[in-house]
Amino acid sequence: MTRKDLIQRDREWHPPAYAHDYKSSVTRSPRYALLSLDNSESELSGPTFGHSDIDPLDNNLIRNYAKDGDAIGERIIVHGRVLDENARPVPNALVEIWQANAGGRYRHKKDTYLAPIDPNFGGCGRTLTDENGRYAFHTVKPGAYPWRNWVNNWRPAHIHFSVFGTAFAQRLITQMYFEGDPLIAKCPIVKSIPDQRAIDQLVAALDLNETVPLDSIAYKFDIVLRGHRSTFFENRPEGN
Amino acid sequence: MVQSLNYLKETASQTAGPYVHIGLAPGAAGFDIYANELGRDITGPTAKGDRITVTGTVSDGTGAPVKDVLIEVWQANADGVYPGEGHVEDGFRGFGRAIPDFDSGVFTFETIKPGAVAASNGKPMAPHINLWLVARGINVGLNTRMYFGDETEANAADPVLGLIEQVHRRDTLIARPDGSTYHFDICLQGDAETVFFDI
Ligand SMILES: [Fe+3]
Repeated sequence: MTRKDLIQRDREWHPPAYAHDYKSSVTRSPRYALLSLDNSESELSGPTFGHSDIDPLDNNLIRNYAKDGDAIGERIIVHGRVLDENARPVPNALVEIWQANAGGRYRHKKDTYLAPIDPNFGGCGRTLTDENGRYAFHTVKPGAYPWRNWVNNWRPAHIHFSVFGTAFAQRLITQMYFEGDPLIAKCPIVKSIPDQRAIDQLVAALDLNETVPLDSIAYKFDIVLRGHRSTFFENRPEGN
Repeated sequence: MVQSLNYLKETASQTAGPYVHIGLAPGAAGFDIYANELGRDITGPTAKGDRITVTGTVSDGTGAPVKDVLIEVWQANADGVYPGEGHVEDGFRGFGRAIPDFDSGVFTFETIKPGAVAASNGKPMAPHINLWLVARGINVGLNTRMYFGDETEANAADPVLGLIEQVHRRDTLIARPDGSTYHFDICLQGDAETVFFDI
């Protein structure tokens, strides 16, 4: 099967590997240049997922770990579309999210923040986009939490997103922030991104059109994966 | 002014952070929530080929193990066919997730040795497993490959290994065989830094 190469990743749009104010990156950033590869099947193919892999309740974080009631917190809907750089929807994309609870605490062996665990909140969800690239999650708004970087660093409220396209080279993990949060502009992880427009693209907008009245408020977050090039004239493959 | 090209920009990457396991491998984070955790079984029960174990450590620029890393695996079957690109055995996903032991930092995954896959120019590439690493402190997921130390001839002809200008750095992508186990350490920074790709 002939596949089109992907549009080259804009490394000036993404955060650099080394961001000195995000201290964990200092010893975890490669120093040598990345080796640029032409796309082969190894990069253009990728894992696929179907409805048999997940449960319909997986996208409801208020209920998917409930023991004796709903998760506590501000009830929100996070919805949007997964598109590619050519503005085409990406259907059947696996979207996985994880987040802290309403108090800013993660359900993780290694998280020892003093905010309490919510017994009814696991903190992860997953879903597949529909034929128009749309997805939606029910959850609670995560709390801000402190982290060890400078002595007094607080992460803005955020939801971690992991997204698959059709190609392994489209693989993306990012974080979604909430409109109006004053901590966004203070965060060294956010500020590892050099271009303000790229930061703005990570901030979900309040979307009053998609709220459920008397139940949940809504935020809209669209995600863009790398697109394929539409090459009208192709060179003959090298060596043929 | 000129016309706008109207391409969208790819959403910028952000670090997966230290708690990536909650989302992608909650069992490792300490709780079971999904009936079917994705990425636990790369091959399924009936895959052809040599059953192998891959094990190693990811280390940072100081030599310390990166214990919170999550590694994604993408590979072809023994015939060199990726799922979705041709026929593969029932249950062969080619996709896996490997998480190190949080105390030692040693990761391990079970799979089969893949066959050769064609490069972009149609010539065969040596058997390899594609890897993608995320962790706290990694701002954009890192792509690399693991090749097999017992494929000396194929590795010598591999077009990707051949692109690495400093010949000794090619060794950073080659796993050391030891029976059916392959040892593959990944180094994020330093003299022994693994070759990572912009793909
Ligand atoms: Fe977080």
